[in-house]
Amino acid sequence: MSALAYGVVAWLFLVGIYGVVSSRNLIHLVVCLSVAQSATDILLLEIGYRSGGHAPVFVSLPAHAGPAVDAVMQALALTDVVVGAAVTGLLLALAVQVHKRAGTLDPDTLRATKD
Amino acid sequence: MSRRARLAFFTVAAAALAVTLGVGLGGLPSFGSQISAYARMLNGLAQSQRHVTDVVSAISFDYRGIDTLFEEFILLSAVAGISVLLRPLSDETRELPADKAPDRSIPPPSPAVWLLAVFLSSLLVLIGIETVTHGQLTPGGGFQGGVILASAIYVVYLGTNYVTVERFQPAPLLEASDGVGASGYVFIGLLGLLVGASFLSNVVGLGVAGNLISGGTIPLLNLVVGVEVAAGFAILASEFLDQTAVIRTRRR
Repeated sequence: MSALAYGVVAWLFLVGIYGVVSSRNLIHLVVCLSVAQSATDILLLEIGYRSGGHAPVFVSLPAHAGPAVDAVMQALALTDVVVGAAVTGLLLALAVQVHKRAGTLDPDTLRATKD
Repeated sequence: MSRRARLAFFTVAAAALAVTLGVGLGGLPSFGSQISAYARMLNGLAQSQRHVTDVVSAISFDYRGIDTLFEEFILLSAVAGISVLLRPLSDETRELPADKAPDRSIPPPSPAVWLLAVFLSSLLVLIGIETVTHGQLTPGGGFQGGVILASAIYVVYLGTNYVTVERFQPAPLLEASDGVGASGYVFIGLLGLLVGASFLSNVVGLGVAGNLISGGTIPLLNLVVGVEVAAGFAILASEFLDQTAVIRTRRR
C-alpha cells in the first residue's frame, strides 16, 4: 500500500516535469507544471493520512468513530493550492504577453525571435 | 540544445531524480500508520482551546496564522503582478467590441442561458458566503469561499455580455476590497498587540464551539481572507477577459 501511495507521488512529479521539458506550447507547459505541483499536494495529504481516519472536523462525531487524520498537513495542502493558483495565473499572464510579442507559444521557435 | 539532446539530458536527470525520490519516499513511515505528535496534540486541543470544530481552520488562522498572512500576501502580489503584466501596452488601446460595428447590436443570450446564469450566480454567491462564514465549523473558509464567490462573476458573463459583467465588477471597488482584505488580516493581528498579547493571538471572545459565532478571531480572519480572495480572483477574471474583449493594437 505504501509503495502504491508514494509511487503515485513520484510518478506524477516526473510525468509533470517530462511535460514541462518536452512541451511545445507555453499553456501546455503551465498545465504540466500544475500536474507536477499536484504531486506535492498528494504527498502532504498522504503523510497526514491515518488508516480508517476521519476528517479533522469534530461535528456529529458518533457517526465517525476512530482517529482523525493530520490537520496540519491539510492546512499545508491548502497553502500549496493557493500558491499554485498564484503561480499558474502569473505564468498564464506571461504566456499571453509572449504570444502578443512573438506571435507563437512554442518555446522552441521562441528562441529564434528577437525583440 | 536540440530537442533530442534535451530529452536525453532529461532522461538521465529524471532517472537520478527518481532514485533520489524513491530513497526519500521509502524512508517515510508506512502509509496510514501514524500522524505526527504535533497533529495529534492539535487535534485533541483545538476544540477546547479555540472553541472550533474544524481543526484545519484553527491551524490555518490561529496556531499557524502567520503562515496564512504570508500566503495571503503571496496571492495579493500575484494579483498585482498579473494586473501589471496584462495592462494595455504602449502600442495598445482599450476599445469596446461594439465600437467597431455601431449599426449592429450584440445579440442577447438565449433566455434559457440567462435564467440558468441568474439561478447559478445567486446560488454561487449564497454557497460562497456560507463557505466563508462556516470556516470554523465545517471544511471551508476564506480561501475556498472566496473562489466560489468570484466564480459567480464568470457565470454572469456566461449569461450576459461584457458590458453587463463590467457593471458587476467595478475595478476601483475590487481593487479596494483586495487591499482591505489583505490589510484587514494585519489589523486583526494587531488586536492582539493592543491588549498586550502577541501578534495574531486569539483575543476576541471565543463563544460556544459549534455555534456560528465561535472561535474568536478565526471567523473574522476567514471573512477578510474571503473578501481578499474573492476580489483578487474577480480582478484576475476581468484582466484576462479584457485581453480578449477590449485591449487591441492601436491602429496607425
